[in-house]
Amino acid sequence: MVKALSAKEVAKRAVEGKMFILDVRNESDFKDWKIEGKGIESINRPYFDLIEGVEDVLEHLPKKEVLVVCAKEGSSVMVAEMLDEAGIKDVYYLEGGMNAWSEYLLPVKIGDLKDGGSIYQFNRIGKGCLSYLVESNGEAAIIDSARAIGAYEDFAKEKNIEIKHMIDTHLHTDHISGGRRLAEKTNATYWLPPKDAEEVTFSYEALEEGKDITIGNTKIEIQPLYTPGHTIGSTSMIVDGQYLLSGDILFVDSIGRPDLAGKAEDWVSDLRDSLYNKYTSLSKDLVVLPAHFGKISELDEKGAVQAPLGELFEKNEGLKIESDDEFRKAVTENLPPQPNAYQEIRQTNMGKIDPTSDEQREMEIGPNRCAITE
Amino acid sequence: MSIKVDQVLDCKGLSCPMPIVRTKKAMDQLEAGQVIEVQATDKGSLADMQGWAKNTGNQYLGTKEEGNVLKHYLRKSNPGEIEEAAKFEHTIQNDELEKAWAENQTDMILLDVREPAEYEFKRIPGAVSIPLGELEGKLDTLDRTKEIHVICRTGSRSDMAAQILSEKGFEHVKNVLPGMSEWNGPTESE
Repeated sequence: MVKALSAKEVAKRAVEGKMFILDVRNESDFKDWKIEGKGIESINRPYFDLIEGVEDVLEHLPKKEVLVVCAKEGSSVMVAEMLDEAGIKDVYYLEGGMNAWSEYLLPVKIGDLKDGGSIYQFNRIGKGCLSYLVESNGEAAIIDSARAIGAYEDFAKEKNIEIKHMIDTHLHTDHISGGRRLAEKTNATYWLPPKDAEEVTFSYEALEEGKDITIGNTKIEIQPLYTPGHTIGSTSMIVDGQYLLSGDILFVDSIGRPDLAGKAEDWVSDLRDSLYNKYTSLSKDLVVLPAHFGKISELDEKGAVQAPLGELFEKNEGLKIESDDEFRKAVTENLPPQPNAYQEIRQTNMGKIDPTSDEQREMEIGPNRCAITE
Repeated sequence: MSIKVDQVLDCKGLSCPMPIVRTKKAMDQLEAGQVIEVQATDKGSLADMQGWAKNTGNQYLGTKEEGNVLKHYLRKSNPGEIEEAAKFEHTIQNDELEKAWAENQTDMILLDVREPAEYEFKRIPGAVSIPLGELEGKLDTLDRTKEIHVICRTGSRSDMAAQILSEKGFEHVKNVLPGMSEWNGPTESE
């Protein structure tokens, strides 16, 4: 009997356990994007090569505990059943396939706030997207929400908190923001940097320096800090004087790329100024909480991605480039491929197009690719 | 416009892995060289169809999108197609033909004897399509005074076509080798 394994269980194993994966998608999809984790080992054999039988692949598999993965589920069930019949013990398939994996959010508590309340990171491990929930006294703000908003809704319900603010640090190019939709559902305020919102078709609250956002009656402050470069509106946020939500400007292992809105050359100096002047003037003790991770090795043992700002100035190569010219080269040349469907994603986030949910899922397939390095 | 094929397989509404599983079954029943049109609505079927064809040695010809439906065209491979030595004695190499065809098309006919679906997705501009199986019935459409260059994918169907033409009294016939599979000159589709 083969068993289904949910994305949640696979995430748990990716972070702290072990799993052998047989990925039966086609070779190019596997090469492009796959399930990764410290304890994950995987091989690829397309399901269409296994229709006649699985004999050829058996010698490459362990005798027990194999997870079969495909895009949607169907092919993995077929192959899992064949492996089961061939005598492998404990064969699983990934429930909902890579679609479900791409959407799963792992909530990790980052820490407590000074006057009560706490901050959580929601790690979308399958795509490398990080979003945040700041809560205090029964109120919450969500920053850089993923498209699948169910996880935040469930979390808020369980903790009995009301979502008051939905904030996007910038107009996203790699995923469709759930900010506007969840704001509409919960009557929350939707915040967006005005310089990224010039073409949007909906109303929003301008996220600007000086307009601090307060949550709960203990006055948790979210201070916007204008840090353009990834997009012209990109705005970082300092939460409770302790955390720096750096959006797509600064990551733990890399820095943001300036080219996804088509203006790399124009925005290079903005990006340099944000990282090398504005960030350097901040407290080194701030804990950087970025909107993405690039490599699975950036996750700590709980699955969280974070680092003190001071440490990043020492370790992050993107913060140690001395000349302007070298910096320009690093952020404009030899960049990784763009995120899948990034132009359509921008259009969707501006409200200009309204794809069906299937189309949106399709658009978001693959890694985030928002950093200058892979 | 529909493309002439030997079989149409309806996989609309089916999700992965069924389109490929059904295609495989249908292909097993086809004769080598026959063409199948697979209609599918699963978007993932495009990359999988290409990957499957490549790994099984079948020929993926192309895909047309009509509304929600993807129409994939595949041709069942013929294991002997490549090995069979060309028997017709008058031959011309791809690069020689490319040069000659670029210079002068008025006294020449470039006759493409592959299946309509193959011709549809990739052909040399100006080439005339008459599939091998229809050739004998369409001899009257060809101008006997012109030089006829016959091309297919690997030179084997065109070899047979050249022999037919020669038997029927065509005097200026050449078989193009190796054929479309290694053609580097200009091509067009649809």
